[in-house]
Amino acid sequence: MVLYSLTFYLFSSVAVLSALMVISAKNPVHSVLFLILSFVNASGLFVLLGAEFLAMILVVVYVGAVAVLFLFVVMMLDINFVKLREGFLQYLPFGALLGIVLVIELGILFLTDRSSNIYNNQRPLQPIVNEVENTKMIGQILYTEYFYLFQICGIILLVAMIGSITLTLRDKGGVKRQNIDSQNTVDASTAIEKKKVKIGEGI
Amino acid sequence: MITLEHYLFLGAIIFTLGVLGIFLNKKNLIIILMSIELILLSVNINFIAFSAYINDISGQIFAMLTLTVAAAEAAIGLAILVVFFRNLGSIEVNKINQLKG
Repeated sequence: MVLYSLTFYLFSSVAVLSALMVISAKNPVHSVLFLILSFVNASGLFVLLGAEFLAMILVVVYVGAVAVLFLFVVMMLDINFVKLREGFLQYLPFGALLGIVLVIELGILFLTDRSSNIYNNQRPLQPIVNEVENTKMIGQILYTEYFYLFQICGIILLVAMIGSITLTLRDKGGVKRQNIDSQNTVDASTAIEKKKVKIGEGI
Repeated sequence: MITLEHYLFLGAIIFTLGVLGIFLNKKNLIIILMSIELILLSVNINFIAFSAYINDISGQIFAMLTLTVAAAEAAIGLAILVVFFRNLGSIEVNKINQLKG
């Protein structure tokens, strides 16, 4: 139990610190790398809670796809990042106040919940105990009870894919493209040109 | 002993950091998108903590849906950012005023 607590505090403190660095780093590339660190630590917490499949999905989808996409965009665009940081210190005192108030209010909510004692949340969190493992449990419920949600997910991803392709597609001039109609309608009279070549001379 | 409250506090802190990131980096659109990812991560932490708390796997399914939506949102957001940069040569949020809203 002590080891569990220590692991929780290790992963959560690194996750919080790297989340802090995401919003305060000077260089956006560092921000993306700290975002990756934050997500890896969160996936460690998911393993602690017994959600192994989601932990792996978080690493694969976020670190493997989304964070790399962010990194790609940050490096592709030629932006003056120093100019973009103007106003950070100006809003810092008010922002810090707002953040502290928000955390304290959320904390009060959780603590009131404890004192109202509607349900006992003073027991340690344990992973779900079942005879089948986590991935199989998710599969058993995802393809039966939540099948429509699963399909809606697919539609959302399709719409996102089509949307981002349509947004970024542009027609540059001077690009040679294939014209299938004109290729298919070619016959011998238009494709072949006969020339009389005199003996001893070129064309 | 790690209870539900610990995870809720962790989620609350990461959520607040995400909101602060939107608030402080008013000009940099990339950091704002990353802050939104942080907010969605805190939602996921809450979903999975409650899933372990009530001993029900459904919370993990919903966390997976959140992941899907977050991935779609990141793709669309970055596409809009690239188009915006191509048109204006900058990603300052306060220059987005073409719709005159």
